[in-house]
Amino acid sequence: MQTAAINRLAPYVFIAPAAVIMVIALVYPLGYMIYGSFRSWDPSQKISETEFVGFSNYVQLANDPAFLESLSVTLRFAFVVVSIEMILGVGLALLLDRKIRGMSVLRTLFILPMMIAPVVVGLMWRYMYHPTVGTINRFLKSLGFEGVDWLGANALTSVIIADVWQWTPFIFILSLAALQSLPQSALEASRIDGATTLQQIFYIKLPLMMPVLIVTCLLRLIDAFKVLEVILVMTEGGPGLSTEILALRISRTATEFRELGVAAAMSNYLLILLMLLTVAMFAFTRIQEVRARRQQALIGAEN
Amino acid sequence: MSNATYEKQNPAFYVLLVCLIFMAVGPIFLMLVNSFKLDVDIISGTTGLLFLPTIQNYETALCDILWYEPEHLDFCSLKFGGSLINSIIIALVSTALTLVIGCMAAYALVRFRFMGRDTVSVSTLLVRMVPPAVLLVPVFGLWNNEFCLDKDGLIGGFIRDTFGGRGDVCLAGTHSGIILIYVAMNLPFVIWILQSFIVQVPRQLEEAARVDGAGPFQVFFLVVLPLIKPGLAAAAIFTFRIAWNEYLLASALSDRDTKTVPILIVNNMSEFNVEWGVIMATGMLLAIPPIIFTLFASRQIITGMTAGAVKG
Repeated sequence: MQTAAINRLAPYVFIAPAAVIMVIALVYPLGYMIYGSFRSWDPSQKISETEFVGFSNYVQLANDPAFLESLSVTLRFAFVVVSIEMILGVGLALLLDRKIRGMSVLRTLFILPMMIAPVVVGLMWRYMYHPTVGTINRFLKSLGFEGVDWLGANALTSVIIADVWQWTPFIFILSLAALQSLPQSALEASRIDGATTLQQIFYIKLPLMMPVLIVTCLLRLIDAFKVLEVILVMTEGGPGLSTEILALRISRTATEFRELGVAAAMSNYLLILLMLLTVAMFAFTRIQEVRARRQQALIGAEN
Repeated sequence: MSNATYEKQNPAFYVLLVCLIFMAVGPIFLMLVNSFKLDVDIISGTTGLLFLPTIQNYETALCDILWYEPEHLDFCSLKFGGSLINSIIIALVSTALTLVIGCMAAYALVRFRFMGRDTVSVSTLLVRMVPPAVLLVPVFGLWNNEFCLDKDGLIGGFIRDTFGGRGDVCLAGTHSGIILIYVAMNLPFVIWILQSFIVQVPRQLEEAARVDGAGPFQVFFLVVLPLIKPGLAAAAIFTFRIAWNEYLLASALSDRDTKTVPILIVNNMSEFNVEWGVIMATGMLLAIPPIIFTLFASRQIITGMTAGAVKG
C-alpha cells in the first residue's frame, strides 16, 4: 500500500521544487513589478507604504524625452546589430560549409567570445578603443591615419562593432548546423539539373534554412535587448545619452534616481516591446508554414 | 572515396580562415599579453611581444588570498580574492541546485505527462525573453523588504544573535539571495534541454528496472541519470556561465562581503585612472573558467546552443 502511495506522489515530488522556485523568484516578482509600476515607490519604502498613482508613471515616461531617446537608441542598436550579424553569420556559414580539416577547432575558437563574461568583453574593447593607449588607434597612427575618437563621437558605432564581434559566431554556428542537416538529395538533384552555386544558395539552401534562421534571428533579437554589461563598461551610456539603452536606463533609474515605480513602468514597456516582437515573429512563421502547406497541397492536386 | 573526406581548397580560403581566427581570438590574446605587462609598458606602447613578462598584476589582484606578501605592494586595497571566492561559491552552488531540480522536473514532465512539450518550450522562450534588467526592480524590492525574517522572530533572532548585525534578516546581501534568482533564471532552459535528452531514453529500460523491483526514485537516479550525462554537461556549462558572468542582479543584491568578480571589475573600471594591467589580470582570471570549458567541452556547448534553435 505504501509503495503505491509513493508511486502516485512521485511526479509531484519531482516537479514541486522547480515549481516553487519559479513561482517565488520569477512569477511573483513579475507580478510585484506590475503592481509597483502603478505606485510612487522609493527604494527605502515597503510597497505597502507607497501611494497609488494610477498610470502616471507610464504617462510621465511617454512624455520624457530622455526615455524616448533611450528607446530609440535601443531599437537602433538591436536592429543594426541583428542585421549585420545575420548577414555576416549566414554568409560565413555558407562560405565555410565545406569539408575541411580543423573545422572543429575553428568552431571552438569562435565560441570563445560568447562564453567569456560580457564585463570582460567590455573591458577588452574599452582598452582597444582607448584614444591614445588603445590598439586600434595606435595601429591607425602607425599607418599614418588620424586616430578616431571611438568611444566619444562614434560611441554607438563602437558599441555595435563590439557586439558584432561577440555574437556573430552564434549565428554562424546555428546556421552551419542548419546547413549540415539539410537534405542532401535536394542539393544533389539541383546539381544534376545544372544549378550554379549562387542559384543553389538562393533557391535551395536559404529557403530550407528559413525556419532555423527565423528562430535564430528571434533569439538574437531578444538577447540584443538584454545587452547591458558590455555597454556599461565601455561607455556607461555616454557620452550624453548616445549609448544609453533601455536596460541601462532602467538600472540607473532604479539605483541612481531612486524611482522604483518609474523603473518598473519602464521595465513593463520593455517587456511589452519584446512580447510584441516575439508574437510578430511567430505569426510570421505560422503564416509561412500555412502558405507552404497550401502550395504543397496544390502541387499534390495537380498530380 | 575515403580520401575525399577533405576537399582541396583555394589558398585564399585559408587566408580567410586565418583572418577569422585572428579576429575571434585576437582581443582575448591581447588581454592575456597585457595582463603580464606593467602599466608603464602598456601606456608607453612597446608593441609586440618584446617585454619582460611579470606576474605583478596577478599578485596585486590576488593579494588578499596569497600566502606571501608581494614586494611591490604596501597595502592590499583590491579585495579581489574575496570576490573570487564569492563568485566560485555562487556559481557552483547555483549550478548544482539548478541541475538537480531541473533534472527532476524534466523527468516528471516527460514521463508523467504533466504538460505538453509545447507548454515547456513556450515558457522557456518567455523566460528567456525577460531581460535581467526587468527583474532588477522587483528583485531588489522583494529581496530587501519582503523576503525577510523578522529579527524578533525565532529563526531571525537566532541568526542575528549568532552572526551579529542590525535590522531584519533579509535575502539581499546573502549568497543564497543571489543563488535563488540565478536558479530561477536558468531552470526553464535546463528543464527544456534535459527534456530533449530524457525523451531519447528507451522506455523499456525503465520498465525493466521497475519489473526488477526498483521504485520511481531508483529508476530515476540509477537508470535515467547516467544515460543523459551529455545533456547534463551542456546544461551545467550554460548555467555556470550565466551565474559566473552575471553582473546586474548580483550588483543589486550583494553587499560589501558578497560582491562577485564582475561587480569588482565594473567598480574599478569607473574610476578615472584605470590601472590597465591589474584590470586586465582580473578580467583574465574571470575569463579563465569559461575558456577552459570551451576548449574541453565545445561539442556539448554547440549541442546546447543548437538544440535551442534547430530542434525547437
